[in-house]
Formats: sequence, structure tokens, C-alpha cells
Amino acid sequence: MIYRLFPNPELELATAPASRERLVERGFERAYENAQEIGSDTVIQHIQAIRLGGRGGAAFPTARKWLSVKNEAESIKYVVMNADESEPGTFKDRELLLRDPLGPLTGLLIAASAVGAQQAYVYVRGEYRDVEIRIQEAITVLAEAGWIGPGKVSIDVRRGAGAYIAGEETALFNSIEGYRPEPRVKPPYPTAQGLFHKPTLIQNVETLANIALLFAHDVDWFRAVGTDATPGTKLVALSGHVANPGVYEVPFGIELGALIGDGQYGGGTGTGRPLKAVLMGGAAGTFITPQEAFEARLDYPDLAKFGAGVGSGAIMLFDSTADLGRILTGLARFFADESCGQCVPCRIGTKRILELLETQRLWDRRADLKDLATAMTDASICGLGQTAANALVSAMNRPSLWNEPAAL
Amino acid sequence: MLHLTIDGVSINVPAGTTVLEAARGMGEYVPTLCWHPNLTPANACRACVVEIEGSRALVSSCSRQAEDGMVVKTKTERVHNARQVIAELLTSTNNTASAGDLQELVSHTAANTLRFAGGETWEQPLRDDNNLFVRNYDACILCYRCVEACGVDVQNTFAIAVAGRGFDAHIDTGFDRPLPESDCVFCGNCVEVCPTGALLDKKEYELRQSGRWEEQDITTTRTTCSYCGVGCELELHVMDNQVVKVTSPEDNPITHGMLCVKGRYGYEYVQVHEDITEPAP
Amino acid sequence: MGLTTVFGAGGGTIAYEDFHKTDFILLVGANVAEAHPIIFHHVMKGVRRGAELVVVDPRKNLTTRRAHEHLALRVGSDIALLNAMAHVIIRDGLQRRDFIGRATTGFDVYRKSVADWTPARAEAITGIPADRIESVAHRFAEADGAIIGWTLGITEHHNAVNNVYALVNLALLTGNVGRPGTGLSPFRGQNNVQGGGDMGALPNRLPGYQDLTDSEVRRKFEQAWGVSIDPLPGLDQSQMFEAMGRKDLTGLYVIGENPIQSEANSNHIKRLFQDLEALVVQDIFLTPTAEIADVVLPARVSFAESEGTFVNSERRVQRVRAARQAPGEAQDDIWIITALARAMGHPWTFLSAAEVFDEMRLLAPNFRGMSYERLDREGGLQWPCPADGHPGSVRLHERLWQDSPGRPAPFMPVDWEPVAEQPTAEFPFTLTTGRRLAFFNTGVQTQHYPHPDQTGERLDINPADAANLHVIEGQAVRVRSQRGSVTVPIHLTDSVNPGTVFLSFHFSDDVPTNVLALDATDPVAGTAEFKAAAVAIEIETA
Repeated sequence: MIYRLFPNPELELATAPASRERLVERGFERAYENAQEIGSDTVIQHIQAIRLGGRGGAAFPTARKWLSVKNEAESIKYVVMNADESEPGTFKDRELLLRDPLGPLTGLLIAASAVGAQQAYVYVRGEYRDVEIRIQEAITVLAEAGWIGPGKVSIDVRRGAGAYIAGEETALFNSIEGYRPEPRVKPPYPTAQGLFHKPTLIQNVETLANIALLFAHDVDWFRAVGTDATPGTKLVALSGHVANPGVYEVPFGIELGALIGDGQYGGGTGTGRPLKAVLMGGAAGTFITPQEAFEARLDYPDLAKFGAGVGSGAIMLFDSTADLGRILTGLARFFADESCGQCVPCRIGTKRILELLETQRLWDRRADLKDLATAMTDASICGLGQTAANALVSAMNRPSLWNEPAAL
Repeated sequence: MLHLTIDGVSINVPAGTTVLEAARGMGEYVPTLCWHPNLTPANACRACVVEIEGSRALVSSCSRQAEDGMVVKTKTERVHNARQVIAELLTSTNNTASAGDLQELVSHTAANTLRFAGGETWEQPLRDDNNLFVRNYDACILCYRCVEACGVDVQNTFAIAVAGRGFDAHIDTGFDRPLPESDCVFCGNCVEVCPTGALLDKKEYELRQSGRWEEQDITTTRTTCSYCGVGCELELHVMDNQVVKVTSPEDNPITHGMLCVKGRYGYEYVQVHEDITEPAP
Repeated sequence: MGLTTVFGAGGGTIAYEDFHKTDFILLVGANVAEAHPIIFHHVMKGVRRGAELVVVDPRKNLTTRRAHEHLALRVGSDIALLNAMAHVIIRDGLQRRDFIGRATTGFDVYRKSVADWTPARAEAITGIPADRIESVAHRFAEADGAIIGWTLGITEHHNAVNNVYALVNLALLTGNVGRPGTGLSPFRGQNNVQGGGDMGALPNRLPGYQDLTDSEVRRKFEQAWGVSIDPLPGLDQSQMFEAMGRKDLTGLYVIGENPIQSEANSNHIKRLFQDLEALVVQDIFLTPTAEIADVVLPARVSFAESEGTFVNSERRVQRVRAARQAPGEAQDDIWIITALARAMGHPWTFLSAAEVFDEMRLLAPNFRGMSYERLDREGGLQWPCPADGHPGSVRLHERLWQDSPGRPAPFMPVDWEPVAEQPTAEFPFTLTTGRRLAFFNTGVQTQHYPHPDQTGERLDINPADAANLHVIEGQAVRVRSQRGSVTVPIHLTDSVNPGTVFLSFHFSDDVPTNVLALDATDPVAGTAEFKAAAVAIEIETA
């Protein structure tokens, strides 16, 4: 086990998650002051130096985003923490915010000052009531520390109302603005026209926590773990047929086999039955076979070889009893339920995929499905529709997951 | 001027031109269903997608501004597949009998309208709650035009919005109230912009239902509205010497094709003034 | 009338597209969302592009709902508000000095006239808090460009012309005329009110706002028409009614109007009409006015059965065309008028609308460059359009911004006076009247189409007043003024403030609202005070 994003167990016992003591002990006070001192250009250079990518799933280079927002000439800018974590099998932000809320919030404030924003928002999943309370407690601590308040950055919390799509960054802006959470077409990108059509930096909870860590320490410290391509650690959420489900902090580059099988992590299926499939990266992720899983390391270039990615860090395990058709039907139902309905490929496509799965016509309609999945990936407005068929296609492309001879 | 390449041909267009305008300007076929010249692009139908070098996904050309050096392809296999599937998905869902643009997309992409049929559809009863226009939502392709015309783009009335999500997303008056109980002011601008016949003037609906709507017997005359002093240009559609419909030209600088309830529907008096037809006493 | 005096021409100075380019829109007594819905589209386009919208209106309505700020002033207190805004602007030095110096006259007198109009004094009269008046004055004056629009809420008062002057003064003070995104815009209530005025349907004007009292002008028309023209202005409408009362005027030819229902104090008007020796009505309907006529001439529907032009509120001359055959012996207005002339012994031949128009534009320089061919091709032209190749004029008075601006625009200082008929113990409510979106004027045109609100007239009353009167929604009451009474069901709404009630006159056959209205008229324009009458509300006993 490694403790960077998560505080180590002694500290967790010794200090409350939302307390001034925690702020100091975790080095976030130092991080905040350090970032103010070195100035925004250096801050962004440091982020560049650790090759930080977004931890919400898309892994977009963080420094590039910050630079874009910083360079916008507008006087009003926003920063937003995306805590609308709602995908099946993804629950790492919840854990992080409950256990150490001051890290992500420190990252948010460093972001605000680096890009020149006066207003920050935290958008938290509506069902995460406990998380929202913890965030509010942490904001109080920051106010008492004098980091926020009149004349300084202010942080407002906005709660989602039960729509997964509101986690899509532009849909999230619409939601904060009081509109239906429908994704907007890009460009313009959020860095130029985001919240209230002003330049906006939006980052995942975990990404911001990494920022706080970086400035609590330094570039070398940060790079000491992980791979060259991807320094640092990742929070992964193990679920499904797994002996020890939960969220783990692991260094990038860790062998997937270890992550799944080691007693300090997943500890195997826990059912006494062999592993049949692994869904990497959540509902919109990729199914891989056990063989692939045991060859792979947790890193972007490595997983790309299998057509997979790290995604949000969700890893779902399925043992030999798992009915893949049923699992895929469940995922299809999720996307059909959560599509906002704005664009045709996603609105109707997710429905038709669900119907084909429900009526078990997957294999005799594989050519049609392929065209449909391609059209959804190519022509949907946002990532939801573009990736809704990913898991299905990846499963159909792996005959060994089925007793079916042909791939899609 | 911006310089870009569309299907291998170099062209120059002024800044602010959309990719759609640029492509259509050089004669390319780029279908649109939700796009309307006087409304904000909704990006909903996705029929206008094209390939742009450097973009992973296809790009909706109606809302994308042309950029210097852009390389655009409108005829690739990916583009064709996306358009064809979109046509097939819509025809699997909606009654497309009066949706001209969609029918054209179907024939142009050689779409198989049965390919994704057989599942749930949008079949539902006609909403006939007033005497000015009817709503036939099984023909609605959720193009958002009516919402935009009722909202920020034109009327600022906000009587309708999209409600529900996924396949159940639909145009709603707020808890599906009858229109007379909603904020609707019956301007009919939603009817004007509807591309599928889901919204239809009551008079046209009734004439069509009874088989008396004869397109070839209708003459259209441009004139100016007789009500207030705004000066809206009207097109009077006359059949058998009766005004059966009033519209306004889309390119008129005063109306942009949009009218108010009196201008669009308050024409009956024209044909009931038979009560004095000869000098008296 | 007010615009003609200040600028020499009675047209709105803007084009609708100016609303897209402005920073501040001040609507006074103009419920454009309901009375001019397509102008409202242009207003809201401007708002979406960042313009601020402030609406001055005693009532809440669809326009005030979309305003950034609604100033719900007391009926008839407009001048108090507008003078106080001018007071603040001058006091704080926000007036446009270069423009005032170059393009206007009479500023000093104007400055003195508003010196006493402190916001506090205006608050007492308008009911608008002084700090809000201050704030609006500042925002208006500091906007790069502002447009002032108005309709009958300004002009249907006994001091209509003064109301217009007060608005014009504000525009002159801030340089908000003659530039893109600035100007003064009266929204015309009927399709061709602008065209009627343009064509000289004013007692002292000949076509194209040419001055009847100018002998050069008269000579031109006399030569063209082969008759001599009386240099004395004729009667305006209210003077005609007075003359009818004195029996000086005993014959009347009414074309396309229904004065018995549309005029204020309409019971009185009806008696006057009944006493005429000869009443000829030319109309498409047997209106109540036509019913008491001696002769009724069936006309064709202007915009659907005959050829001609209308002029709209942005001075655009537009074609109307026949789309259908008129019924029976109904004839075109030109046909009827020329036939009447022949019957009276004048050898007038029938002319087409285009021929009449061509004669007109020879005599009226503002229209000279407009031909039917151009109007057809270009979809209408905005006057002045003095020559063939002239593109027409998007906005008026741009000359005021040039180094030699020509005839300067005079400030016209005006003072507030209360409405002619104030509430009394016997008539404690102020009745104001106006339009509802779906209907038009006396309802002659709009009673025939199946609108869902085709349910008759209602008296809008504040719930607090209704509670005091112990009346409930839908209950019929009798509304009585000194001139008559009507019976109408009430509708509880906070769109009117306590003390004010509202009626339209769209259902005049059932609820002849104008029997209540006051015929106190403006001494210059001759418009009646439709917007304020003192009334009593009495419970109908079965």
C-alpha cells in the first residue's frame, strides 16, 4: 500500500478530515503558500514537469488546460471541481473527499489563483449527501484559515439532481447555470467559454488532490513513484467478484495481476472460482480477458495495447459464473437511462442496443450493431454517446469471453 | 478570408462562415434536420456531420466555424455510415410521413428503414387541445427548433421545453398540460419551424385529414399584415378563394419568418366579411 | 406630432435592427410583447446581445416580465419620471455636451425647467422610489447607445404631445438620436397609421409632411391637381366631433373605421353620429357604425383583396397585394373614391394603385425614389428615399452628428400635470385601457378566429381591491364612469396595482369599454385620454 492521495492511517486516526490540524499535517498549508509564492507560471511549469493528466477518465494534460485558461483575456473566470461521480463501479472520489477533503479543495484554490479566477464551484453528486457535508466542513476550515472570504476566492457547492450526464463538463456548466444538463458542442472549449460562457478550468477531484500534493512537496518527490510516462499514483476502485472490494491507491505501472490477485489489494475473486473477465475503466470501459489482465500494467501506454485505458480507475471483476449477456444488458440499460436525449445517435442508439440485448439478438445482428456502435462513437455530441458501446464492442471482440467463435 | 480544403478542393471563405455554409456553397450535399437559418444550431440531429482532420469524432458542420487550414471531408465511409444510421434510427422511432428532409436523408443514404425497427416507437395520440394548431408528437424528431423559437431565439415565451431523458426525452408544456393552460401565446412560430409536420395548423390538419388539401391548387401571395404597425410581410396561402394558411418569408428582415398569433391565425375575418357585398341601402 | 415639431418629420428615427445594436432600451407605455410582438423579437435580440431593458408601465405584462427593471409608475405620471431623470442627468453632468452644443437649441431653458424635478418630488407623484429613478437615469445616460420606444401609453393622454416632448428631450440630452443603436421609436398601433400621416392625413400637412401653410408647397400641389387648396388647416378628429356637436359639420364619410366603438365616451359619439344629416361608411363589415349609416359602401380587404402600400413603424413602405377575389360588389377603395368623384361631376378616371403612387411620389420628395417595381424587388424601402438610386434611410437625423447639422433640434420643456380625471370618493378607481395579445381594437377583425382566449372581456383588478369590495374571481360587476357604465366579470391579478383597473376594448359588442373612457383631448394632437378615467365598481345585484 502507498499513502499519498490518502493520508496514512496514523494521521487519519490523529486528525479529523476537515480540521486545521489536518491542513497543516498534510502539508496543504505549505502547498497553498508555496504556490502563491512561486507564481502561476512556475506552478504550471511544475504541473507540466510531472506530466499530470486528468484523473476523471480522459487524462487530458492538466498543464495545457491551466495555461489555456490563464491566457484568456477575460476578467471573469471560473474554476470547478467535478465531484459528480456517478458511473457504476466508480467510487474513488467519494472515498477521497470523505477521507481527506482539504487536499482537493487546496488544489482548487491553487488552480483559482493560477488561472486568475475569483469564483470556484464544487459540483457534487446529489446522492453524496455525506460527501457534501464533509466538503462544507472543509470549506469552513479554509474560511477560518483565511484562504477564502471577502476579497478572496469564494467556493460554492452545487449539488447534482440525479443525472449521470451532469458529470460531463459542459452539461455540468448548464446544470450550475440552471439549465437542463445537456452537453454543449465543442469547440468552444471550456477553457475559452465554459461556465456562464467565461473561461473555465474544470478538474476532477483526484486531479486537484494531486496538485495539492505536488506543491506540498516538489516535482522530484512526486515523480519518485509511478512510471516515466505517468508519474504518481492512481486511485482504483475494485468491485464485482473480488475478495477485497474497495478503493486503493497504487503507483502507476503496477501489474494488473498484482492489483487483482494480491492479498493487500483485490485478493482474487474471493468466490473460489476462476476469473472470467475484467472491465477496465468503468461502464464505458473495455472488457479484457484474464490473460490480458495478467500481462498488463496500470498505465496508459500499456493498456492501450489491449484497446483499454485507465479511465476513472474503476476495475470490475467477473468470475466464471458471470453471465456476460446480462452484464452487458445492465450496462446498456445504464446508458439508455442516463442519455440526456439531446442527439439522435445516443438518444435512440442506446435504446436500440438495450433492446437487442434484452431480446438476445446480439450475434445475429452483429453487423448492424457494429454500424450502430460506429455511428454512436463517431457522431454523438459527447463522451457518453461516443463511449456507450465501448464495453459491448470490446466484449464481442474477445471470443474467449463467450462460447462464440467469431469476433464482431 | 480563410483558406480551407473540402473534399480535396481548396476554397476561400470569409471568417465566420460555418463548415456547412462553406460545403454547401461549393455544391456538396450536406443534409440537415435540426438546423434552421434563423435559429441557434441545436447540434441535435447530427445528420450534418463531416470528418475534419485532427478531430477524433465527426464534427457537426452546422455549428462549426471554418478555420484557416482546415481539411474537411464530407463523403467518407464514416460520414455515410453515421448519416445512414441516423436516418434508420429516426425512421425506427417516428412517423415520417410528412418529414420531407428526413425522407430525403433516407433516400440519399439508401437507409434501410426496417433495420432498427421493431422496438419501442414514439407512437402516441394526437394532442388536439386548441383550434389553432395540433401536436402530433409521433412525428417529432426532437430537433429543438420549436423550443428555440418559443424561447431565447424568437419569442421569449418559454411555454415549452425538453423534459425527460434518453429515449423518453420529449417536448413538454410542463406536466403535459394542454396548451391553453400553459404559457403558450399561440404565435405558431413553433409550427413555422417544425421540420416534420409534428406541429401543424389545425386548418391544414383538418383539410389534410379530409383529403381536401391540394398543394397544387394553392396560390401564395406576398402582402403586408393588416394588424399593428410593425409591418410584417405575410404569405397568404389561398385555396378555392379561401385563405387556408399564413406564413412569412424566412428571409424577411422584419419577421425572419416569425409572426404573432393575430398575423398567423387572425385571418378568418377576410373570408367572413361577406355580410356586406353590395351597396346599401 | 411631437416628432414633427422637433425634427421636421413624424417618423420613428430607427430601424428595427437598431435594437440589435443598442446598449439600453427604454420602453415607456409600450407593451410590445403583446401589442407589437415582432418588434419585441427585435428588442429581445438586443437584450440577448447584452442590452439592458427597462420598461415603464403601470401594469405588469408580458413585456415587463422580460425587463431587467420594471418601473410601475402611477397612470399619467410619465413626465414627472422623465423630468426627474433629466434632472439627475444634468445634476451629475452626464449630458452629452458636444451634441447639445452642436445640434440642439433651448438647453438652458430646459435645464431650468427640470431644476425643480428632484427624484424625491417625482417619487411622490410616480410612486417610484427616488433611488431607483436615480439609478435608471444613470444607466440610461451612461449607455453608449439607447433607444426610447413608446406607444399609446404615452399618446393616449390629454397631454400626449407633452409626453412625447419629454421623451424627445431625454434623447437630445444624451445624444441618443441619429446614431446606430440610438433613437426614438413610436410603435404604430395600426398597420398604416404611419402611412396615413405620411400621406397628409393630418389637418395641417400635405403628403410627405409638407406644410399646408407654406404657399410654395401649396402652389406645387395646386398645379398638379388643378384646384386651389385652402391654406387653413382642417379639423382634427376631436375638432370634428365638436363641430358635429355644434351642427357645423353634418355629413361624414368614414372609411374603414368604427368610431362608435373605438372612440372615447362612445355613447356621446354615437349620439353625434345619429344626428348627422348624412353618414357614409365604407367598410368590409356592417360594423355598429355602418349599421346607423345612410349609405354603406362595401369595400375590399386592404391587405388581401386589393393592391397598395402600407408604411410601418420603421418608415418602410411595403406592398400589399390581392390574394383572393372580393365577394359580391365589394370594390377597391380607389375605385369607390373615383366613382364617387365622377358621381359628383368630376371626370376622375380609375387609376391603379401604382398610378396613384406614382403621382404621389412626384409631389412628395421623401418617396420620390420608390417605384412599385423597386418595392417589389427590394421588399420595401424606408423613407426618405428621394431619388431612383437612393437606398432608402435606415435611420433619421444622422445629420445631427455632422459638422454642419442643419436645422437644430429644439428642446421642448414640458411640465407634468395630473390626469384630467382624478379619482374621487364616488369614482375611486383609475381605469386604464389597452390591448391584449390575441385581439385587436374593437374586435371587428379578431372576433372571427378560434383563439382559445375567445372568452370575452374581463376587468383586471388587484386582489387587495377585490377583497375590499368583497368580489371574487369571475363575478360580474358594473363599472361606471361619469359617462356611462358596462357590466363585466372581474379577474384578480397583481398585474395592476391597487387603485388601478384595466379593460381592453376588444369585445366591444358585449363590453363597450369606451363608453367609460374620457374624451378630454390633447390640444395639439387631438388624442383622447383613453388611458385614465375615474370609475366606480359596483356589485351587480341579481
